[in-house]
Amino acid sequence: MKNLIRISLLIVFIVGSQLNSNAAEKAEYLKTDWSFKGPFGKFDRAALQRGYQVYTEVCSSCHSMKYLSYRNLVQSGGPEFSEAQAKAIAASFEVKDGPNADGEMFMRPGRLSDKFVMPYENEKAAQAANGGAYPPDMTVLVKARGGGVDYIYSLLQGYEDPPAGITLDDGVYYNKYMYGNKIKMSNQLSDGLVEYSDGTNATVEQMAKDVTTFLMWTAEPHLETRHRMGFKAIVYLIILTVLVYFSMKKIWSRIETEV
Amino acid sequence: MSEKKTKRRDFLFTATYAVGAVGLGATVWPMIDQMNPDASVKALASTEVDISSVNPGNTITVLWRGKPVFIRRRTLEEIAEAKSVKLENLKHPEKDEDRAKNPEWLVMLGVCTHLGCVPLDQKGDYNGWFCPCHGSHYDISGRIRKGPAPTNMEIPKYEFVDANTIKIG
Amino acid sequence: MSEHEYTPKSKVGKWFNDRLPLLTLANHLTDYPTPKNLNYWWTFGGILTFCLITQIVTGLVLAMHYIAHADLAFGSVEHIMRDVNYGWLIRYIHANGASMFFLAVYIHIFRSLFYGSYKSPREIIWIIGIIIYLLMMAAAFLGYVLPWGQMSFWGATVITNLFSAIPLVGEGIVTWLWGGYSVDNPTLTRFFTLHYLIPFLILGLVVLHIWALHVPGNNNPIGIDIQKPSKDTVPFHPYIVIKDGFALLMFMIVFAFFVFYTPNILGHADNYIEANPLVTPAHIVPEWYLLPFYAILRSVPDKLLGVIAMLSAILILAALPWLDTSKIRSAVFRPLYKQFYWILVADVLILGYVGAMPAEGLYLLIARVATAYYFLHFLVILPVLGFKERTIPVPLSITEPILAGSTNLATAKNKDSIINQ
Repeated sequence: MKNLIRISLLIVFIVGSQLNSNAAEKAEYLKTDWSFKGPFGKFDRAALQRGYQVYTEVCSSCHSMKYLSYRNLVQSGGPEFSEAQAKAIAASFEVKDGPNADGEMFMRPGRLSDKFVMPYENEKAAQAANGGAYPPDMTVLVKARGGGVDYIYSLLQGYEDPPAGITLDDGVYYNKYMYGNKIKMSNQLSDGLVEYSDGTNATVEQMAKDVTTFLMWTAEPHLETRHRMGFKAIVYLIILTVLVYFSMKKIWSRIETEV
Repeated sequence: MSEKKTKRRDFLFTATYAVGAVGLGATVWPMIDQMNPDASVKALASTEVDISSVNPGNTITVLWRGKPVFIRRRTLEEIAEAKSVKLENLKHPEKDEDRAKNPEWLVMLGVCTHLGCVPLDQKGDYNGWFCPCHGSHYDISGRIRKGPAPTNMEIPKYEFVDANTIKIG
Repeated sequence: MSEHEYTPKSKVGKWFNDRLPLLTLANHLTDYPTPKNLNYWWTFGGILTFCLITQIVTGLVLAMHYIAHADLAFGSVEHIMRDVNYGWLIRYIHANGASMFFLAVYIHIFRSLFYGSYKSPREIIWIIGIIIYLLMMAAAFLGYVLPWGQMSFWGATVITNLFSAIPLVGEGIVTWLWGGYSVDNPTLTRFFTLHYLIPFLILGLVVLHIWALHVPGNNNPIGIDIQKPSKDTVPFHPYIVIKDGFALLMFMIVFAFFVFYTPNILGHADNYIEANPLVTPAHIVPEWYLLPFYAILRSVPDKLLGVIAMLSAILILAALPWLDTSKIRSAVFRPLYKQFYWILVADVLILGYVGAMPAEGLYLLIARVATAYYFLHFLVILPVLGFKERTIPVPLSITEPILAGSTNLATAKNKDSIINQ
């Protein structure tokens, strides 16, 4: 038994040092309850749908979402829009297709199988339109930042006037959660910026939470399945371990020495 | 050792084996299922084809799900010929009416049902298609008439969106 | 290999076995006499076999969907995570599996260090093991490059640049490794090929490792040779199989926890940003299992010497059977060595910790002291200890310690007190 304790201590140490290395230089993030945290965590459907609305109306003019397709909006464990709703959403975007029989590219309404339409043709165009800073693709953004959802949630609410002594260039803003505190994105959220169709009051905090939830889903679309399957797998393993333990005791009881 | 004890031990071992086997099966399944069509492949269900430029007696070939689909605008003689064939002469009896919703247009998966080659247009003994791989002859309705292929060429799910557009899938 | 000749009972079996003695091999493996006093630290050999097979199977599956191209690799990984049936599961098993593999191999190596398993007549097993370990590090590094994230790209740049430390030909070698003037598409495709190859080399070496083990047989916690096989050993099947199986299941529970609940905790966030040759991440940190060696590399202020120090830190292990001059195998009977053993464990953990920290100030100082101690342990302490140390008398056999009344009897009989002393 002591061996096991030692092994688990070792694991805790490794994980701990790993967290430490990731935790270098960050301000205390704002905290909120995430419904998807913990071994039984699930997404809040309404929050995902609202988050999609915030993404589309606010973020998507600069930030691409290149690994997501419109069909994903329907899949279980996501925002779970109805197929008709998702088709309407897809059709509201113009998608470049082709070449047609004449060898020309043409625009057509989006379909479920299409990827999310990109706001810019390419990275260079995105940089040119945003003062040299490339607005990062948002699909896996929460996994690409050390602080994860807490970081994104805080960043969206972290705009402040710069403290005395810090001067900011044109097009640079002060954000207390940003690495180095200087960010090229201006404050995007303000109370009542979007009008939620479910009547939720669109405060900055609410929108930040909703859009972050949506981004968590885009980064981990199978999170709910993973949690469910993990629970089953671990329960199963524990049952089998117990059975094997007693079988082992039986078998070893055949020889005289206890091992 | 008493009989009762033996039984309990047997039960323990059997249970362990059984539970272990279930787990093994559950682990193997994802490794197998990953080779099935993935979500992005399944999503590419349909394709729309503009047929306004196809003249009678011509065939166009379009790609659908990675396979060729023949769209033939049949002439009146061809339609008459396709309808005149007696079912008892067919290896795989199917009426032409069941194969072409609109007799003028035959929409058919251009894949030989023998081993998957693409048959050639307007070749063979029946004025339809001929598969060069192993010599299967199809008639103008895409029905197998001679050669090793077991069934008629397959008709995919399709519909006329309007007079000039066919949606396959 | 086994002491008695095996003859299959059935005629067909005999006919087959005379031509290809597979049944003899199977019989040898099941009957293989194993010391009955092995503790749970010995189960990690089986666990490592499981890890290797898991990595190979999940790796083959991932290779069916992965695209080794600089423009497509990152997207193909996201395709696996999103669209491929169970793709997320398979990738998370493979990614966390690498960490679990190293966790197990470190326990396996430190078990060997504690019980002197590398000593005569098991030097070849040990050296093959070191080669396997080196190949594992190569495979892990190459595999980490494949998702083509920022850490992949910059890790590849930094590690391949280590070769530029070689005088005269260094730069040429680096260009040759890259197949260009920077890490790019040619680098990625060759890394993929090599990442695919190495596990099979490891598999071959594992067979040799086990073969070499089955010649002298297992070491054991007391570290003395088997006196009476009938009394001191048990057949591998079912005794050791079920025990290994039990330990493996415990290991799998930990493994499953990582895969299902914290699949990204052992990775670095920057690897979810697609590779960008124009921007270097703020902190380049290797995966946790390479951190001690990374700390050694950084603690030496000279480029070439740093690389030499890092390589020596691994290669020195191969000389261990000759550096350790003590005739006694198990640390149980070497009270002084046992102290130094635990200091070494702490030293390596400290190296791992400072390896994750920025190389400056106090961290750098600690890294230097710990590096110096690491080499001191192997080059000075171990050789000297063999001559100077006063050891505890060793029992005569595993089952029958004849030194009744001595402290030895208790140690030999109660395995729990042995490992926890």
